[in-house]
Amino acid sequence: MNELLQLIANGLVTGSIIAIAAIGLSLVYGILKIVNFAHGEYLVFGAYMALVVNVTWGQSLVLGALFAMIMTALLGIALEFGLWRPIRRRGAGIVSLLIVSIGLALVLRNSILLWQGGAPRRYDVDVFQVYELGPIRLSLSQIVVIVVASVVIVGIGLLLARTTLGKAMRALSDSRDLASVSGIDTDRITAYTWIVGSALAGLGGVLQGLVQNAFEPNMGFRLLLLIFAAVILGGVGSAYGALVGGLVLGLMMEVSTWSALPAGGVDSVYKPVVAFVVLILVLIFRPQGIFGRARTV
Amino acid sequence: MSGLANVQFWAFVGVVAGIYTIFALGLQLQFGFTGLLNFGHVAFMAIGAYTMAILVVKVEWPLWLSALVAIAVSMLFGLIIGLPTVRLRADYLAITTIAFGEIIRFIAVNQQTLTGGPQGTINLTGAGRASSYNREWLDFQGWAQDQLEVILGDHATRDLTMLVLVWIVAVVLIVLLQFMVHSPWGRVLRSVREDEDATSALGKNVFSYKLQALAVGAAIGAIAGLFFAFQFSFFSPQDFDPLTTFFAYVIVLLGGTAKNWGVPVGALIFAFIFAGTRFLDFWPLSELTSADRAFLRLIVVGLILIGLMAFRPQGIFGKKEEMVLE
Repeated sequence: MNELLQLIANGLVTGSIIAIAAIGLSLVYGILKIVNFAHGEYLVFGAYMALVVNVTWGQSLVLGALFAMIMTALLGIALEFGLWRPIRRRGAGIVSLLIVSIGLALVLRNSILLWQGGAPRRYDVDVFQVYELGPIRLSLSQIVVIVVASVVIVGIGLLLARTTLGKAMRALSDSRDLASVSGIDTDRITAYTWIVGSALAGLGGVLQGLVQNAFEPNMGFRLLLLIFAAVILGGVGSAYGALVGGLVLGLMMEVSTWSALPAGGVDSVYKPVVAFVVLILVLIFRPQGIFGRARTV
Repeated sequence: MSGLANVQFWAFVGVVAGIYTIFALGLQLQFGFTGLLNFGHVAFMAIGAYTMAILVVKVEWPLWLSALVAIAVSMLFGLIIGLPTVRLRADYLAITTIAFGEIIRFIAVNQQTLTGGPQGTINLTGAGRASSYNREWLDFQGWAQDQLEVILGDHATRDLTMLVLVWIVAVVLIVLLQFMVHSPWGRVLRSVREDEDATSALGKNVFSYKLQALAVGAAIGAIAGLFFAFQFSFFSPQDFDPLTTFFAYVIVLLGGTAKNWGVPVGALIFAFIFAGTRFLDFWPLSELTSADRAFLRLIVVGLILIGLMAFRPQGIFGKKEEMVLE
């Protein structure tokens, strides 16, 4: 039983990072029909921005995380104006946009590699203190992730549910044309979506870099398919779905290794495979996602 | 190494281009002709190479039999992954197939007793005993080199022999595929790409045609995997990461979608960019370390992808009307 509680705690840590990163991907997928394979690189970009503040400039990681969110938001908005919007104006469809995002992923990842090299880096913080909360052992970094993620998830939930901006984003994700007819400035809301989604991706990158201790620029691509799995599990375009999808996926991956399961659970090296299989099964049997409404997809 | 004048350099570019031509031909059939956005194509290359190596080393089957079985196994996997997925919308198919490719790579990394694990095929019979699947191939290549010497004399080196062998297979495949896509079968594939509903209204089983395209493409991908294995005498799971599939997309999109003869052109351009940034050493390339060049190379590849999709989505030889964009 203690093992299960520990796995659930670990699952919440993994899941909340995926959830934070998945919101931006899902909204952009829903609103702009961009299947953004470069989203993982937005996380890496954030992680390295925080590294610059924390290690190169010797400032606190909190400051680093804020800087990372601002810079990744700027990257997101710059790419919207400099790349995505011009390409959309040329009438590119979903397949073209997908291929462009792969090109963008290669450019971003390898620019970071060129800049920072491929060696693993770590933040200059001491978070290896382990706390025992009853039967569960969590490192300080894991606790930080859970606390930050809870605040962010509640905050994003409120933003989407209560604010005009949040409602406009959801309306746009539901139907761009209807939103436009209702007088929503779609270009402006699209820009805000990129800002919010990218800032969250930047934060997700910092949290992931913190929790896995050492990271390198390939971290983003390894997370990308997990983030996609969360997005699809929650239903493409649904920000709430992405949040829940991320948490459920994190829990599933960890709990699948529980030794009380038949055959002793999944070998822990295959945790990502569990996520990929979930991803494939959801797409086959319920492509609108666990929480999405049934409609033609 | 003195760059452009070096014969070894050109032979290397040529062999890499040949292997990528074969690999991308499979994708051309799936994506270019049928409109299947397969992003796990590298898995078929991996399955081909690994099946062959495992059968030769562990089961001690002859090379040629193992190679044929490897192609068949890859086709079977094409059917297995295709059965539940080819009905999916393009973007969902892309995500499922890339996940499938990653599952195959994860298995190759972690099932050490089957695949040799992260160190690759050298560990096929366990650590500490270097295994090789390549002896019979090298015998054959030696025989081929002897034949080539009759024509070329001393110029017939090992690299040149490989170059000739790879390109014979590549050209045979192109000719074969040209016949296939211009047959009634190929016309159905293209009509599936253009309009699935209209195709099924004409009584064609769209699902079955998509599966056939995926399986034939998988077989061609496996052939590329075999040549990859023969050329490098050893391989490991990291040779089959999703990047390799992206390279095939660059090649198909460069040459032009739904143009089989565009594939070798795309592959040659791609291989030149790829090998060129490795071997050429004039300024400013001379300022960079080899690791930095590798990063720069991939930045260039990424920019080509973006540029093609923005300015010439149909590629060099393609027709705009034949490009699937939706």
